[in-house]
Amino acid sequence: MFAALRNWFDERFDWDNLIAPLRHKTVPTHRLSYWYFLGGITLFLFGIQVATGILLLLYYRPGANEAFESVQYIMTQVKFGWLIRSIHSWSANLMIFTAFAHMFSVLFLKAYRKPRELTWVSGMLLLFLVMGFGFSGYLLPWNTLAFFATKVGTEITGQVPIMGKPMMIFLRGGEEVTGATLTRFFGFHVAVLPGLATVLLLLHLLLVQRLGMSVPPKLEVQWTVNPSARREMTFFPNFLLREMMAWYLALGVLGVLAAVFPWNLGVKADPFVPAPAGIKPEWYFLFMFQTLKLIPSKVWFIDGEVLGVLAFGLVGLVWLLLPFFESDQPSHMKQWITGLAVFALAYVAGMSVYGHFAK
Amino acid sequence: MAILPNRFGLLGVAHDCALAGCLVLVACVGYGQTKNSCLDCHAALPDPLGVTQEKFSQDIHAQKGLTCVSCHGGDAANDDPDKAMSAKAGWKGNIERRQIPQLCGSCHSDPAYIRQFNPSLRTDQLGQYHTSVHGQRLAAGDTKVAVCTDCHGVHDLRAPSDPRSTVNPVNVANTCARCHADANYMKGYSIPTDQFTKYSTSVHYQALAVRGDLSAPTCPTCHGNHGAVPPGTDKVQNVCSNCHAFQDQMYEQSSHKQAFQAASLPGCVVCHGNHGITYPTDAKLGTGPEAVCMRCHTPGDKCDQARAELLVSLTKLDQAIRNADKALALAESSGMEVSEARLAQGQAVDSLTKARVTIHSFRTDLVDQDIQAGLKIAAKDLQTGRDAMVERNRRRAGLGVSLVAIGMVLVGLRLYIKKLEG
Repeated sequence: MFAALRNWFDERFDWDNLIAPLRHKTVPTHRLSYWYFLGGITLFLFGIQVATGILLLLYYRPGANEAFESVQYIMTQVKFGWLIRSIHSWSANLMIFTAFAHMFSVLFLKAYRKPRELTWVSGMLLLFLVMGFGFSGYLLPWNTLAFFATKVGTEITGQVPIMGKPMMIFLRGGEEVTGATLTRFFGFHVAVLPGLATVLLLLHLLLVQRLGMSVPPKLEVQWTVNPSARREMTFFPNFLLREMMAWYLALGVLGVLAAVFPWNLGVKADPFVPAPAGIKPEWYFLFMFQTLKLIPSKVWFIDGEVLGVLAFGLVGLVWLLLPFFESDQPSHMKQWITGLAVFALAYVAGMSVYGHFAK
Repeated sequence: MAILPNRFGLLGVAHDCALAGCLVLVACVGYGQTKNSCLDCHAALPDPLGVTQEKFSQDIHAQKGLTCVSCHGGDAANDDPDKAMSAKAGWKGNIERRQIPQLCGSCHSDPAYIRQFNPSLRTDQLGQYHTSVHGQRLAAGDTKVAVCTDCHGVHDLRAPSDPRSTVNPVNVANTCARCHADANYMKGYSIPTDQFTKYSTSVHYQALAVRGDLSAPTCPTCHGNHGAVPPGTDKVQNVCSNCHAFQDQMYEQSSHKQAFQAASLPGCVVCHGNHGITYPTDAKLGTGPEAVCMRCHTPGDKCDQARAELLVSLTKLDQAIRNADKALALAESSGMEVSEARLAQGQAVDSLTKARVTIHSFRTDLVDQDIQAGLKIAAKDLQTGRDAMVERNRRRAGLGVSLVAIGMVLVGLRLYIKKLEG
């Protein structure tokens, strides 16, 4: 039956010719090949987000008086609503984790080098968007933690010189975090960010397809000297089948997390109660939050928080443009970039752990 | 002086000196007009005559523009003590204790005068004082009793709303205790001196001192302030009902009302005590050390049976709420969403509280209505908690099946890859 169906498509759409590029596409095989799966896993989790997000949209109602109750309804009354919401929340966190891991793996394998500068730039922009998804989606259940985390987060945005205050008012839809902020964040979460992400994702995938997989510099030199040492596998079906195994593993992890640790709904937000003690943002913003906490209130004549925000902005820009500081010749590779990557990984991990345990 | 052209030589210098002299003279005259010569001496005197500028500036009267002269008479502007404190200047000297209420009342009983400073301040304090035990004893010649300054202070008197005021709700019990807890001072009055000690152990004191509830009762709440008297035996219920209105309504319907009146028993105080009222527990209905019913009733009689029935009902609802709480807590710790049941638990607790209030009617049928309402909610919440745990187990079973299916797909994929590449 499968063969008949295949023939039916082949007669009409020249199926074999259509998938021919995939058959010709190869993936290098070496001891670090498994890092190639991270991008695919992130893509798979993004797909899960889109699917579960659409299902949640069937019942979710944005608005200060309805959002919390609608999520509560999804979790208690809708058939498998708890599972969909839990998977959406856990998958979001896993996706941000794998996106970070993917970014660092690309950095350590020096896969951002010429000619893949734009792949890196589009990937970094996608990482920023993913964090935007996390920030905007966190407010949508309208619970106490989300409310105050958004308040703190948007306040930090307000510290940006000149543009900060207008940006904060734009994000909040006013001076304070209110129902207007919720409606706005909902719009960003389900329309603006997905639109931008789709365009960037298509560009990113197109570039990956066009430029192929990068090989670590040392191996590249070896394979150039001795072409017979080169090892590859076809993308379709060999690599894709392995990638599918990774997806299934990710699905299993997601299932365990969603069923054993269902995502908590918390308490409905009340703007008139004081913020709970020791409130913290989600783990992926923790390293920035903790850094801002540690900076003195005044550094020379500059406000400490403003300095921190500006420093993070500058670091983000440098990170985005990192490939343009690198040489494409393995013999001239800049060691400081690898050193910087090691420091960044240690800093992000260390500050996140410190922020988690700090009072 | 630079604005004067320096062209007159010595004449110019003399002109400058004359002008400076005039300025000093004007300053001295001005100083003389505003100074309070009383404080010049009294600041250096020991207590009770000592009053410093710093102390007096804290006094609400000083802040409103009153001076020593307002109460003591005399001429504060005169630097000569003999003239300042002369009969000619209207000096009254030390105010005798028996004169103090009248002196304070000369302003505080004058609505037109008081209205200038605080239109909402009452002006019946003196009238009330005359009706108080303090006032009546003072009139009878007992100068040991409290007069205005004993409670409010003198020379650094603050508004009652000021937390540092001796009559602020947080301080007033201590102020009363200065005399009423002093056994030596109270010798001869034939009243106990353990009220403050008892009050310090009471639920009312806890509410005030621990929870910071300024509406919690202190001495004046039950005894009155300026018209302070012990509430009469038959009026205790009226005093308590100012706050405990529902208990009062229930007590009005009870058989105890008439029985206590007939026996001249002081209503609420019979079971709850007065100054040392502790947090009432269901044990009051029991037969243990805290039990109150069996102080009057005979074991096995009709009332004892009703008591036992009420205790069983309250205990049953209390236990049902605890069981539901436990089940919901377990479900919550498993990540199950039971917040609606949690909210409903509040209503069950309200029913228990209402039943405990209805107890004051001593009618089992009325109490049972509240108990049944609470039991119904608690039973539903308990079921919600149990259902949540069943659902949790079902989810985990579903997860197990899914993981097996995922595992099988993984094995299948691996075998297929092996076959493909083999």
